[in-house]
Amino acid sequence: MASSLKCEICGKPATVHLTQIVNNKVYKVDLCEACAKAKGVTDPSGFSLADLLVKAALQPEAAAPTAGTRCPDCGFTALDFKKHGRFGCPSCYETFKEMVNPMLENMHKGVAHVGKVPHSALSRQSVHDRIAKLETELAEAIKTERYEDAARFRDEIAQVKKDASAAATTP
Amino acid sequence: MTLASLIDTPSELTDSASSKTAIVLMTRIRLARNLAGHAFPGWADKTERASIVETCRQALAGTTQMKRGLSVGIEEIGELERQILVERHLISRELSGAKDSAGVVISRDQAFSVMINEEDHLRIQVLRAGFQLKKAWSAINDFDNALESTLDYAFSPTLGYLTACPTNLGTGLRGSAMMHLPGLVLSNQMEKIVRAVNQLGMVVRGLFGEGSDASGSIFQISNQTTLGESEEDIIKRLQAVLQSIIDHEVNAREKLLETDGSKLFDKIGRAFGILQNSHLLTSSEAMNLLSLVRLGVDLGMFAEDRRAVVDRLFIEAQPGHLQHAQKGSFEPEQRDRLRASRLRHEFSTFNRPDFDNVGKN
Repeated sequence: MASSLKCEICGKPATVHLTQIVNNKVYKVDLCEACAKAKGVTDPSGFSLADLLVKAALQPEAAAPTAGTRCPDCGFTALDFKKHGRFGCPSCYETFKEMVNPMLENMHKGVAHVGKVPHSALSRQSVHDRIAKLETELAEAIKTERYEDAARFRDEIAQVKKDASAAATTP
Repeated sequence: MTLASLIDTPSELTDSASSKTAIVLMTRIRLARNLAGHAFPGWADKTERASIVETCRQALAGTTQMKRGLSVGIEEIGELERQILVERHLISRELSGAKDSAGVVISRDQAFSVMINEEDHLRIQVLRAGFQLKKAWSAINDFDNALESTLDYAFSPTLGYLTACPTNLGTGLRGSAMMHLPGLVLSNQMEKIVRAVNQLGMVVRGLFGEGSDASGSIFQISNQTTLGESEEDIIKRLQAVLQSIIDHEVNAREKLLETDGSKLFDKIGRAFGILQNSHLLTSSEAMNLLSLVRLGVDLGMFAEDRRAVVDRLFIEAQPGHLQHAQKGSFEPEQRDRLRASRLRHEFSTFNRPDFDNVGKN
């Protein structure tokens, strides 16, 4: 039985078998001696299985559907995540959501954020996005010689900018 | 403020004298934050990382918290200075190993520090002496709000603040307390506590974080999870766990006094003798001896104001601080001799332990 278990990090025969309960969920992991040592498993004060599970990307249910996907923003792949245990950029969370979301259940108290929201940063971003969208529409309207539309977009951009700066000075 | 003047100023951690710091030496909260539209530090190329450092340093310079503080690129910090900053818990070991395109900004009083391009673009930290979770949260929340007014944070309505590692998603908040638990260590209860704390979703680590040992009976206890719970709830839950550890520690001390008083007195008395007279002390032995004297202060054997001296020595007996105080380089083998000499000197002015005063206050 013991010989059939392989180290979940390097694949050598596993000699260290751990079980830990975090937030009422049972985690099990099998490791060879070298990897156990490298991960600090032998140090009871510094070791947390949940950390290890995440860093080695050993999700309880292996999620394969995103295997060939590349993050459009930063070129990161699922394999890179397996190697580093960290993502490439904020967009990776959208790109690899099928892989991430099941992991979160085991990792955190809940899967949805209920804490602080950076309101001013978000409103700034949405203003920025709106202006960018209007500017493309404006350019398009000019190109196709729809001057009435163009004038409307131009006024709208001015209005959004005015509202945003008014909001910024009177918080 | 220059790096040299910061290093010569005692840190937030070293000037505490209140009895509130008896079991919890220090409270820390950190927030992980990233900038929208940029790759995380571990994946970004050097040019992008350099521009992130620039953006963050500029935003930080505009905050009241960082007024007249220190702002440096990692390449401007020497080997020894990095070590000192690690020993003061102002930067992590990971950041101290960075070659370039990273930085740190530290407030004048060393209560706030921000690491740039560690695992995340920003690791914002506030540090308070004693058990001050709520105050620390309110201070770091204000600071974070100030930064958010100029920086565009990467945020998702469902996943919260987006971080390089999914373990920090959501609030990106890790609260931690550095606790002195000699009673639980001496009565062999620490393993049990670690297990119980783990089951409550909290983590116990040694003095210098992941993988470090717990010399001096000093442990860091922090929350493991960051998503699915508000900042206030995380703080509340951590507060409750810490309070219960404090209660266990107090009980363990009382029990030790009751059942094994002379053994405990003997340990503290011997520790005092060694600190006054030894000529060679390793860092870990010094930590353990200091820890026993600190316990002696808590029990009433030494004057209350001695606690602050011990807490200062916990830091000053570390290799980086020791070498800095010596002004000039010396061989690592000489370190133990210097440490002993330093401690002999400090303890020459200590009054002998008053064993009869135990339990009187």
